[in-house]
Amino acid sequence: MLLIKELKKALGVALWFVFLTFPIMVIKVDPIERIIRYRWENAAYVAIVTFTVYLVMSFIKLRKLRVTADKKESKPSRNVIHSILNNKKQLAVLSFMILAIALVFPHFFSVYQTNVMTTALMYVVLGLGLNIVVGMAGLLDLGFVAFYAVGAYSYALLNYHFGLGFWVVLPIGGALAAIFGIILGFPVLRLRGDYLAIVTLGFGEIIRLILENWGEFSQGPSGISNISRPGFFGMDFSLETSIMYMYYIMVIGVIVTIFIVNRLQDSRLGRAWIALREDEIACQAMGIDKRKTKLAAFSLGAFWAGLIGVVFAAKTTFINPASFTFLESAIILSIVVLGGMGSIIGVIIGAFILILMPEYLRALSEYRMLAFGGVMVAMMVFRPQGMIANIRRTYKFEKQK
Amino acid sequence: MNTQILKVNGLTMDFGGIRALNSLDLDVNRGEIVALIGPNGAGKTTFFNCITGIYAPTEGEVYLAAPGSDTSVSLKGLKPNQVTEKGLARTFQNIRLFAKMTVLENVMIGRHCRTKAFVLGAVFRNKATRDEEQSILETSYAILQKVGLEQYVNEFANNLPYGAQRRLEVARALATEPLLLLLDEPAAGMNPQETIELEKLIKEISSEGQSILLIEHDMTLVMSLSDRIFVMDYGKKIAEGTPVEIRENPAVIKAYLGEDVDA
Amino acid sequence: MDYFIELLFSGLTRGSIYALIALGYTMVYGIIGLINFAHGEIYMIGAFTAFIVATVLSIYGFPLLAIIVIAGVAAAVWSSAYGYTIEKIAYKPLRHAPRLSPLISAIGMSIFLQNYVLLAQTSDFLPFPALIPEFEFMEPVAHIVGSSDLVILITTTIVMLILTYIIKFTRVGKAMRATAQDRTMAMLVGINVNQIISATFIIGSALAAIGGLLIASHIGQINFYIGFIAGIKAFTAAVLGGIGSIPGAVLGSLVLGLTESFATGYVSSDYEDVFAFSLLVLILIFKPSGLLGKAETKKV
Repeated sequence: MLLIKELKKALGVALWFVFLTFPIMVIKVDPIERIIRYRWENAAYVAIVTFTVYLVMSFIKLRKLRVTADKKESKPSRNVIHSILNNKKQLAVLSFMILAIALVFPHFFSVYQTNVMTTALMYVVLGLGLNIVVGMAGLLDLGFVAFYAVGAYSYALLNYHFGLGFWVVLPIGGALAAIFGIILGFPVLRLRGDYLAIVTLGFGEIIRLILENWGEFSQGPSGISNISRPGFFGMDFSLETSIMYMYYIMVIGVIVTIFIVNRLQDSRLGRAWIALREDEIACQAMGIDKRKTKLAAFSLGAFWAGLIGVVFAAKTTFINPASFTFLESAIILSIVVLGGMGSIIGVIIGAFILILMPEYLRALSEYRMLAFGGVMVAMMVFRPQGMIANIRRTYKFEKQK
Repeated sequence: MNTQILKVNGLTMDFGGIRALNSLDLDVNRGEIVALIGPNGAGKTTFFNCITGIYAPTEGEVYLAAPGSDTSVSLKGLKPNQVTEKGLARTFQNIRLFAKMTVLENVMIGRHCRTKAFVLGAVFRNKATRDEEQSILETSYAILQKVGLEQYVNEFANNLPYGAQRRLEVARALATEPLLLLLDEPAAGMNPQETIELEKLIKEISSEGQSILLIEHDMTLVMSLSDRIFVMDYGKKIAEGTPVEIRENPAVIKAYLGEDVDA
Repeated sequence: MDYFIELLFSGLTRGSIYALIALGYTMVYGIIGLINFAHGEIYMIGAFTAFIVATVLSIYGFPLLAIIVIAGVAAAVWSSAYGYTIEKIAYKPLRHAPRLSPLISAIGMSIFLQNYVLLAQTSDFLPFPALIPEFEFMEPVAHIVGSSDLVILITTTIVMLILTYIIKFTRVGKAMRATAQDRTMAMLVGINVNQIISATFIIGSALAAIGGLLIASHIGQINFYIGFIAGIKAFTAAVLGGIGSIPGAVLGSLVLGLTESFATGYVSSDYEDVFAFSLLVLILIFKPSGLLGKAETKKV
């Protein structure tokens, strides 16, 4: 009885979506040749997919109802990853294994693979940087890519005009981005959450449009090419070694970032960020300086984006404004959302999934952005805490009295 | 030494055309428990919001005695966090805990304004920072023991039973080392057993010399705790005095006790 | 002087298109307090549907008037259907979630829809059939004001009047205003809030679709990305006027349209979008309540 009812509903949903997607999915017109193509097979796909998805979802919903009826209240889910994180010995073994694999990786895989892995590592750091802003402090920053652009262009321009090297500009790029973060942060951080999101988005787009139109400064849409790769005590590398070198720089970069972000999270400042995210008014009433705390989060996040911007310019040796669109911000945001806002390990896994999956599943790479968008919606609706929910540090006290 | 810890003169607050507070005077002496009562909508919470810097009052002055001296500081124009730093801490009528933080961390947040480690301290964890962190932990745990929540240390705040959440609000405010503790309806929604425990707790805190100003509807609690009571109606003070005086004050009985007595 | 009038009209034309989209933002914000980030995409889908339907009909040899009417209706119907479905999938389950969750969901939806159209159709710019003919009586002034400017201004005015009627005098409109003021109270007096929210999305989407149809035929080409910029600009207009306020959205749109038109006409056309974005940032920083909006009081 229930099954038939659900089947009927699923059929209704499928029909609705066939109707909904009909003009876009089925009809394709060529206005110049004046040809119409009807792609009826697409309507069938839509029907099958929505029908199945609806059935699966109602099945899951039913099971969930039964499970929660059985167990009154479930404890916060502590999965395998959480149990490893809580066990110091297991954690040490695991980190050592990952590190060992990371170190030998370029010797077993092709240059191309190494390059892809470097990109993934860059997104890990970007994700962790944005995680400070969005995940911990709860400030939805949609213009994160602007700081990334600041870093990339500072290296490109300083290298082009003054011949400054990678290692000199790396801290400069980070610092410049952080300063930009503070300058932008001052006026906007008193805005409410959703307005802040839109202002940062606007700011990101303004930076990109300026880079595109102010040709004398940034060489416009054609971009800057022939940016030097990182040096190592003046040695000249072949392309292959320099890709490997870049990879190792990023491995170290990721380790340092994890170390620092982890310490920040468990500090007085980190707690203030999370409190700010949870309840702004209560947070102020507890004596936390809202502006100072927000600025710290904003500029630290920007700092990491700036650093990776420098790395990006050095890795690709060519940059132009097209690399810094809103979509780039959205990709980094979906890494944080998918992984779990505020969760360091979640963000790392999120970055690997979202960046490596489309690389290795070539057939899927076309659908990359479609999937990113879908992931963001689905995560918010079904699992807002992300894949790996953040857990707070626990403390043990000896019984006194 | 000045015995007054809080002195409020002619506090007035207008929202558009509505006068929520009308030239209110109020004072609290060191070590006292003072209650602020009045019918719903009398402006009690607005009063708290004005003196803690959440609202900017239209007119009036708020002074808080500086610790260990005869002078007092004006709280006018300060931001909420600065007010807390000066020594005024509060709880909220509608519980506002940090839901996704543990009970201990909630209290540790209260220590924020009495400590100072920032970005560099967090990253390098030098000795000063480690010591500070240790002291935050110890103080916070001691406060949890005092309010009787030590068994919940690592629970998320929103998983606590209702009465415990209210006590946690008190603990969090205490962690800021306030000169004056403001409690906004601490017994609201509590069952009789929880209310009795709360009363015990407030008495215990007070016996250690803590000055307290509380808003409360539970008359039994107010009468048994307070040294003095202020009564408000329509944004104005209509009476002040000891519990006995207030009980017999005709204006109070008319405005408040007469219709709304649950004691 | 001619140049000034030309800019004035092109500003008004732009402004009225922005208004059609901005109304959707403002109505949804008024009712559920959400910045419907995917609204620009609804407008884009409206334009695409109109494009597909109009092209199909013109290939089959329908008369121009029939094409305009059918394409317009189809755009409005499908956009509304998308608006309705998006609300059910991406926003309704999040009605009690923290404020940022539905916003992230909306951003995801926007990216999803852009790429859905990109994959199902094309990434190229497509020539949009000229639906609005050059009127003969406009010939003497055609170098200043085009026929399509005129049609856009008239259509927008009519649509605005209809909308005002709906909001002021119909049952749905009254229920909408009640829900916007106090959702819980509206529920208590027996208003089906879910239905009203759906109705808001449907009306807002239909308005955006009409805007999509008009602008596409005015400019003569479309692409999957037009929703993003138009969406942000319309949002800017809504904020400028005071988000949540319907007259505010119209006023803000006209101001933005005129500003853009004069700025690109007299200053530089390179920075066309920078003007809009800067305006957005400046308003949000200095007067977040906008021209006609009410300032928010925080509740503690």
